[in-house]
Amino acid sequence: MARLTLRDISKSFGAVSVLRDVSLEAQHGEFVTLLGPSGCGKSTLLRIIAGLEPQDAGTVAIGDRVVDRWKPKDRDVAMVFQSYALYPHMTVAANLALPLQMRRLSKAQRLPLVGPLLPGSRYIRERIAEEVRGVAKSLELASLLDRKPGQLSGGQRQRVALARAMVRNPALFLMDEPLSNLDAKLRVQMRAEIADLRRKVDATFIYVTHDQTEAMTMSDRVAVMFDGRLVQVGPPHLLYDRPATRRVAEFIGSPRINLLDASVRSNSSAMSGTCEFQIHCDLAPGTAVTLGIRPEALHLVDNGGAGVLSGRVHHVEYLGSDLLVYFQVEGNSEPLVLRAPPQHAASLRPDATIHASPRRDGVLVFDDKGDAVSTPTVTPFRSQRTS
Amino acid sequence: MSTHESRVGYALAAPGILALLLLFIGPTIAIFVIAATDWELGADRLSFVGLENFRVMSVDPGFRAALFNTIVYALIVVPATMILGLVTALLVESTRTWQAFYRAAHFLPAMATMAAMAIAWEALLHPTIGLVNHALIFLGLQPENWLHNRHTVLPVLAAIGVWQNFGNAMVLFLAGLKAIPQDLYAAAAVDGADSPLDRLRTVTLPLLGPTMMFVTIIVGLRSLEVFTSVQILTQGGPDQASNVLLYTLYRESFEYLNTGYGAAITVVFLVMVCTLTLIQARTMDRRVHYT
Repeated sequence: MARLTLRDISKSFGAVSVLRDVSLEAQHGEFVTLLGPSGCGKSTLLRIIAGLEPQDAGTVAIGDRVVDRWKPKDRDVAMVFQSYALYPHMTVAANLALPLQMRRLSKAQRLPLVGPLLPGSRYIRERIAEEVRGVAKSLELASLLDRKPGQLSGGQRQRVALARAMVRNPALFLMDEPLSNLDAKLRVQMRAEIADLRRKVDATFIYVTHDQTEAMTMSDRVAVMFDGRLVQVGPPHLLYDRPATRRVAEFIGSPRINLLDASVRSNSSAMSGTCEFQIHCDLAPGTAVTLGIRPEALHLVDNGGAGVLSGRVHHVEYLGSDLLVYFQVEGNSEPLVLRAPPQHAASLRPDATIHASPRRDGVLVFDDKGDAVSTPTVTPFRSQRTS
Repeated sequence: MSTHESRVGYALAAPGILALLLLFIGPTIAIFVIAATDWELGADRLSFVGLENFRVMSVDPGFRAALFNTIVYALIVVPATMILGLVTALLVESTRTWQAFYRAAHFLPAMATMAAMAIAWEALLHPTIGLVNHALIFLGLQPENWLHNRHTVLPVLAAIGVWQNFGNAMVLFLAGLKAIPQDLYAAAAVDGADSPLDRLRTVTLPLLGPTMMFVTIIVGLRSLEVFTSVQILTQGGPDQASNVLLYTLYRESFEYLNTGYGAAITVVFLVMVCTLTLIQARTMDRRVHYT
């Protein structure tokens, strides 16, 4: 069983504190993504889990054992790097075989020239070659085994890196932005391959990315990190529907969530400009808050009125399946965006006046510190893999 | 392309072509021509002797000693410089404090003028007042007349060559080490190659391959060119034991004024240098597997 438990991990480089009291647990077989902007400490956290970097405080436990003093090779983890980190002078086959050779062959048996002649060495080497062929076949690399990484495309290199991680059957897969060097199309394809890999192997995945789409599409749970702190951990739909802070709300979702300055009127309404919104909160009337409304939580209505945002169309993006309508509301510096069905395309010319009303319970409320204050009732939806 | 344009092109390239002809190709052809004559510097007549100079060379004990010594010198200097340069580079790279100091200190010999340094070495190696012999006597060992013993003179010159060259090699290796992606070391650590020796074998040495090739050729060329230390310290002696190619070339051409014979030695030297350079150019082109 490979449960990963991080407890109060802190880390500084010189005077710069990169991780502060990070605690996180990943169950056996779970796919947990560390999501955050670059420089938030997510890669450092991954390196600490791998044992490549010592933490200043806190403990890392894999299974039931605290592994703080263990070397990376003893932790039963495999890592996939953003740069792939393949050994450029070795063939694909040799790249895949190396982690097995390091584990199974003695120092003497690994010696060049003499090593292969030692007793037992040949049998172990044959077994390794067999396993390498097996993994290569499952990732469609069989025809590339004799090539060197320099002769492979980006996607192929990525698959070799995955294969090198897989060949050892680790308890924990650590992936550090493995898709960010690939083009958009390949990224979608590799996402599917990682999902595939995940079904095939019985291991826990910790995946680092700054790309919210990757995080949302692949993970059981996403851990959002800002400035070295875990801000919210939860299944993707929870992060989207009930972000814990304004920053999480802004970071997750594309196009970005609409934000409106408002002040509380009562525990069921807030005013933004001349528009009144229904909310649930128990803040004192007059308190300044920020309202967050997802683009799909706004829908077009025919007439203005109470609780309706009216504005002029700034521009319209046609996405095929739907339209993104950017419109300017008086008193708000940034245009708001709403998602509309594509049938509306004809009537939505720039400068046309439109009216939009938020869906019931579609308004999130954040206080002046950016913390969410209301918990709108969301449609219950639970991931099967998390309890 | 119009004729006008091509004429302008030639006109623009002309100074370069002229300089190349005058300074490089011309003299090279001249060397080959002179090598086929018995011309003596300052003589007003000469006759073509064909390959006579090369025949003489093949039986000339002086030349044979020089060629042999040069090769032995290179065979000592190249590997020793490589190993010392690499070890120093690894040590300098592994320390965080004083790195700049160590780098500068080890690079100093490479920057110093060999002529001046040779005199310092002469003083150190002096049979009676030299520091080296004093140190040996202090340790209870036999002193040695380093530069006048036919068995020690060439190794001593080679040691001076190593001392002068390894700083250069170290700097090149340091640059090569800096270019190795840290991710590879991380991958090696996760894969289980985390002892210093495994790291060296799995990542460092293979990725330094191109640098090593480059350093080998550069040091090889420089050791073929050894001259200053021989000229100042030993003049090729005792009894040809430290005679090297360039020193023979110099003596034949400018002391004995056998210009034709000197030119023939130059041809041999040129062939050796060109071969090494060609090997370098070829291998540098084949660095593809590191991209």
